[in-house]
Amino acid sequence: MNRETRRILRRLLSNTSAILGFVLLIFFVVVAIFAPLFAPPPPNKDPYIMPIVTWSSNPLPPSPEHPFGVAGKRDIFYGVVWGTRTAFRVGIIVTLISTALGLLVGAVAGYFGKLWDEVLMRITDIFMAIPFLVAAMVLTTILGAGLDKVMIAMTAFSWMYPARLIRGNILQIKEEQFVLAAKALGVSDFSIILRHVLPNTIFPVLIQASMRMGSLVITAAALSFLGVGAPQGYADWGALLNYARNWMLGGQGEALKYWYMTVFPGAAMVLFVLAWNLVGDTLRDAFDPRLRL
Amino acid sequence: MKENTPLLQVQDLKVYFYTEEKEELRAVDGVSFYLKEGETIALVGESGCGKSVTSLAILRLIDSDGKIQGGKIILRGRDLLSLSEKEMREIRGRDISMIFQEPSSALNPVYTVGDQIMEAIILHQKLPRPQARKAAEEALRLVGIPEARKRLDEYPHELSGGMKQRAMIAMALSCHPKVLIADEPTTSLDVTIQAQILELIAELQHRLNMGVILITHDLGVVAGMAERVVIMYAGKVVEEGSRWDIFHHSFHPYTWGLLHSIPRLDIKQEKLAIIPGAVPDPLNFPSGCRFRNRCPLADELCLTEPQWREIESQHYVYCHHYSQVEVLKTRGFER
Repeated sequence: MNRETRRILRRLLSNTSAILGFVLLIFFVVVAIFAPLFAPPPPNKDPYIMPIVTWSSNPLPPSPEHPFGVAGKRDIFYGVVWGTRTAFRVGIIVTLISTALGLLVGAVAGYFGKLWDEVLMRITDIFMAIPFLVAAMVLTTILGAGLDKVMIAMTAFSWMYPARLIRGNILQIKEEQFVLAAKALGVSDFSIILRHVLPNTIFPVLIQASMRMGSLVITAAALSFLGVGAPQGYADWGALLNYARNWMLGGQGEALKYWYMTVFPGAAMVLFVLAWNLVGDTLRDAFDPRLRL
Repeated sequence: MKENTPLLQVQDLKVYFYTEEKEELRAVDGVSFYLKEGETIALVGESGCGKSVTSLAILRLIDSDGKIQGGKIILRGRDLLSLSEKEMREIRGRDISMIFQEPSSALNPVYTVGDQIMEAIILHQKLPRPQARKAAEEALRLVGIPEARKRLDEYPHELSGGMKQRAMIAMALSCHPKVLIADEPTTSLDVTIQAQILELIAELQHRLNMGVILITHDLGVVAGMAERVVIMYAGKVVEEGSRWDIFHHSFHPYTWGLLHSIPRLDIKQEKLAIIPGAVPDPLNFPSGCRFRNRCPLADELCLTEPQWREIESQHYVYCHHYSQVEVLKTRGFER
């Protein structure tokens, strides 16, 4: 597969937006891994809880001591750095579980069809009919606050997208002549799904998953912003924005006076989402065999 | 030496499909023919006459809307319809193989040509990968693909249409099947490539002593390849005979119409004998002879089922008025 690897690498390196996406993603990975170096946590404390650095509830602008400023008595820089870990954790876990769940539901519905398809897809429809954010909020309120509860709520309301996608693709691929050709060579149903159907349908799902990774982090942040997500003081980009809620309009005739409260966590989120979207696009271009010419 | 007992025998095969309203669609209704070792027969008919369904039924690959409702498919004394799905899977690819019309969609785009050929070899011959790879390379060489070793690692999109069809044939023949079903193998290819592929099939058939069932609507292909011809119309066999019998003194008006609807350079023709109308709706086949609403010879007698008659040695016809087919020479297909 040497030729193949070289071809993929060449394709990745010739694309500026691909490079940008990977650079951004690597940057976030580095920040997440080396968080204790960038923002050392106080000893014997949970590093995910942002330490309190001042007793005044007024925000403080950036200074050498607090490069991104202070919000809600807590250091924004510390929150952005450790929030990267939270973002990855939420994004990866929710995406993995919801994609796996969706693959299972979609593959069963698509391949076996008939009653299976009818029942599973109607359940999917019901879940899709409920507005995502409202549903996630209600579920989090029922389950109680906490990051794990947020993740459960988000998984429960995001498996339908991969399920639908994979079902549609399987319905299409199932009719392809190479499936019939494989059957005519004596290949079993199970091998046909595994070797012939899934590899032809999995790419859109993976791409969708990497794009969803970004948007899930936004949703998690939205929940935190609304106060139903991460607990008080938890290092999370949405929680940082929550502190900015009362100060967003500025003050004393200066609309942008407290810009640092929204810009730093906001920028982290935008770049994070952008990174995943660019990487998703790149993966499709590089790996989808159907786009090869 | 050819044996006298046929290699494959299809007896009174019935394949029905069912619509959502539970209507019965008799796509194949009592088809019988046989195939001897090393022989090529052609299954000829218009689109929708049931020839592809027949071939899929031989491999038991009719999809879930259809059902084989009767008949026997006997391969060397074993009735394939009585086998379990697992036993049937062993037959497919090892004893009976099939090649398809569209080589571009019959190869899986995500695997290399080599991987796909090896799949069948590993499955049926239980060879370890390195040996399977050698066998795959050998198969590609057999079908005349140059630089076979290099081609093993190429993806289907890197091959031309003719090369893809050769690769398909290599895949189908990798386990040396006794029967090859070729479903319009050249329809989607250039004329020059068509000839090469047909020649290749003929040569390999000779070398591997296979029986070939050629499914086609192209009578030119039939004339060049088949020893015997089976003409199908609306799910039934209407005439069967040697190539010579069919081309020189066919007895069924439908066969006659098919042959005379081809433009010819060697004789002067005023106009082509076009068979009027189209194949009847399979949900609503005419009673008696299914060709009667398009046949210039039809009368009251045709409201009853014709008999399957042997008019000459090994030449069968399914028509009440076979003796009058000569009339068409002067009358043409005008009613």
